[in-house]
Amino acid sequence: MSKILSRYRYQIAVFLAVLGPGFITAMVDNDSGGIYTYSAAGAKYGYLPLWTLIPITVVLIITQEMCSRMGAVTGKGLSDLIREEFGLRLTFLMMALLVLANFSNVVAEFAGVASSLELFHISKYVSVPLAAVAVWFLAVKGNYRSVEKIFLFACVFYVTYIISGFLVKPDWKEAALNSIEPKLMLDSGYIYMLIGMVGTTIAPWMQFYLQSAVVEKGVTAKEYAASRIEVIVGCILTDVIAFFIIVACAGAIYSVHPRDISDAKEAALALKPFGQYAFLLFSAGLFNASIFAACILPLSTAYSVCEGLGFEAGVNRRMREAPVFYFLYTALIVAGAAVILIPGFPLVRMILLSQVFNGVLLPFVLIFMILLINKKDLMGEWVNPRWFNTWSWVTVVVMIGLTLALVGITLRG
Amino acid sequence: MADNILYFTELTGMPVLDLKGRRIGRVRDAALVPLVHPSRIDRYLVGGGESWLTVRYDQIQSVQLGRGIQLSDEVLVPYHEDEYMLRIARDLLDQQIIDVNGRKVVRVTDVTLEIQANGPHDILAVMEVDIGMRSIFRRLFEGVAPPLWVRRFQRWIPPNSIRWDFCNVVEPDPLRRLRLNISYQSLEEMHPADLADIVEDLSHAEREAIFETIDNEVAADALSEIEPKMQASILESLEPEKAAEIVEEMSPDEAADALSELEDETSEEILEEMDTAEKTEVEELLEFDEDTAGGMMNTEYVSLHENASVTDALEALRGNEDLLETLNTLFLVDADEKLTAAVPLARLFIAEGGVRLKDLASSTLLSVSVDERQDRVTEIFDKYNLLTLPVLDEDGKLAGVITADDVISVLRES
Repeated sequence: MSKILSRYRYQIAVFLAVLGPGFITAMVDNDSGGIYTYSAAGAKYGYLPLWTLIPITVVLIITQEMCSRMGAVTGKGLSDLIREEFGLRLTFLMMALLVLANFSNVVAEFAGVASSLELFHISKYVSVPLAAVAVWFLAVKGNYRSVEKIFLFACVFYVTYIISGFLVKPDWKEAALNSIEPKLMLDSGYIYMLIGMVGTTIAPWMQFYLQSAVVEKGVTAKEYAASRIEVIVGCILTDVIAFFIIVACAGAIYSVHPRDISDAKEAALALKPFGQYAFLLFSAGLFNASIFAACILPLSTAYSVCEGLGFEAGVNRRMREAPVFYFLYTALIVAGAAVILIPGFPLVRMILLSQVFNGVLLPFVLIFMILLINKKDLMGEWVNPRWFNTWSWVTVVVMIGLTLALVGITLRG
Repeated sequence: MADNILYFTELTGMPVLDLKGRRIGRVRDAALVPLVHPSRIDRYLVGGGESWLTVRYDQIQSVQLGRGIQLSDEVLVPYHEDEYMLRIARDLLDQQIIDVNGRKVVRVTDVTLEIQANGPHDILAVMEVDIGMRSIFRRLFEGVAPPLWVRRFQRWIPPNSIRWDFCNVVEPDPLRRLRLNISYQSLEEMHPADLADIVEDLSHAEREAIFETIDNEVAADALSEIEPKMQASILESLEPEKAAEIVEEMSPDEAADALSELEDETSEEILEEMDTAEKTEVEELLEFDEDTAGGMMNTEYVSLHENASVTDALEALRGNEDLLETLNTLFLVDADEKLTAAVPLARLFIAEGGVRLKDLASSTLLSVSVDERQDRVTEIFDKYNLLTLPVLDEDGKLAGVITADDVISVLRES
């Protein structure tokens, strides 16, 4: 008995030891853009879009699992592997696109910070500069472990969405039914919304971040079984949060009067009639998600680029030792925050543009991932099993199709 | 820019001309044969038509940027996989190597070659490995813009290169490592802390390759400097015999710390392989909880009988030469092995040989018991400005010593 117990305790210890990368990546996936997409879906179509969450979770798990497996087995980041296997030119091109895409993502996160704090009557001219400084110091002055602890703590705050979902008192029966029964409508707005939901779920930066985080954490092939569980649980929880966001907006906006909302702030305001707490929790959740993603995106971008192009990287290096790393990191934060403060800046177009960049980059990233994970000399016995490969390719093709459709629709306006 | 310089990016794609000046193909890759010569390009792999041909270095008359490679001998053999070759494009470009001088891991972007006139032949020798912006610029424009333009524009960017002598290639496959004559001797000469930093930047396979190959004593010193979780994964990846040899070389407290991170089965396997004396010492330390004085302490100390003289002390030190580098206190015990005094080592220098150690002892004797809490121990170190603190077991016998570096590690971890 005690042996079983000690075995069990060991398992938990291993799980806690690998806890971090998968959870954090999955949670950051619900950033300000994600929250807006889900809110808009719930506000306009009510409980109808809920069924997409299950396939989205599956797709998310398939891609995230491959990245964390590559990180654990090879001990190298995704951009490292792309550089080693596909050469400098392709790496350079991808990194250039990644910087562009992530820059606009950073802008979107700071926009989220600004609008969530405006709900608490704090001017963006105060909130955004302060947030930028805080974000910069967090990574530069902390180390991986302490930063990871803060991030894991931030994950807990997503609970606010679950609570606000309950406070709205939505129609649970309707929600449950729609979660399992797919409903398609030949309505262009509806289809655009579905594609948008899938599109915000799998972003290129996540693959780079997750794999680097797994490597940095020192997860090995031996501990991988626990790491895989961590990734899967993280992905599921992420979509549980998404479920509650949609449900809250369906209950608060759709049931009253279905309409388009233009940002997440509007969703928060619509929750006011359901009590001060529902509103406060939703807004606090938005702030948490935005600042969380604003911390991770610049850091992850600087890491990926420097790894891929062979510059020294890491917050444990001094500024003189890793100039490119610090330049990129600082530039992304400063420029990302500054853009928000420029009066009359075309923010909406910027965010649409970020979807285009993400969309162009994603096919490359996914295809490279599958090619890499099937290399025997890299992965050994950890290459994709055949059945998994089939599913990965299906996922990739579907994702590419949907993303290109999204890009197409976005470009046509 | 000197004319006798050729970048590898310029070499690839260069036309190869036979005796009549006809083009037979373009250079695809070039290889060193490190067993024969550490820096001379020995083989050129030329692609023409279906298969690749191998050109030996002594079949070349001249190498010139803009003109190409002029052969002096046309009898070429087809290329076949040769494990003695370190191929630059395949094995070096875009891969990570260790810069021994700069003590860091770098990624190779380009290679600078020197054209040396050697009688009737032009020889290419690897001079530097290029990293940084300038070489990235070159790689991006290779084959897109004329080489002379690229050379002109790159002058605006500061160069960043590492001399080939200071480069250490990491090869995970032991057989190939032997054939390519790759040794990690230069790594063994580094400071263990620097080596530890480098190792932390590498991937699992490369890490294992280094620890499998380098001297046990160096491996032990470097391993002590690595963070606990990675220590565990390195030890797990090695054969138990090799792991045991390295752990034996570590100081017992470091060894115990490393082993306590492992799964019970693995640490037992390693302990099995160790010598009895070291094994018992480590096993005793493993008994203690990590967060107590017992878990922090080290069993490497020098103790003498309380009636011993300075001469006896010097004698004892000669018998413990491997401890001298870090030793700063001697301990005196009575007939029951109970601690009675501590003598600062420096006092021996100004004392006569016949003086009794007891008379040189510090006026206050501080000690803690094995189960004292970690934070209490650090407090005592801070309060009394200690370098060493003896640890006593339940019967008041000297069990071990905590040194300031143990305390620093604990503080850094929290």
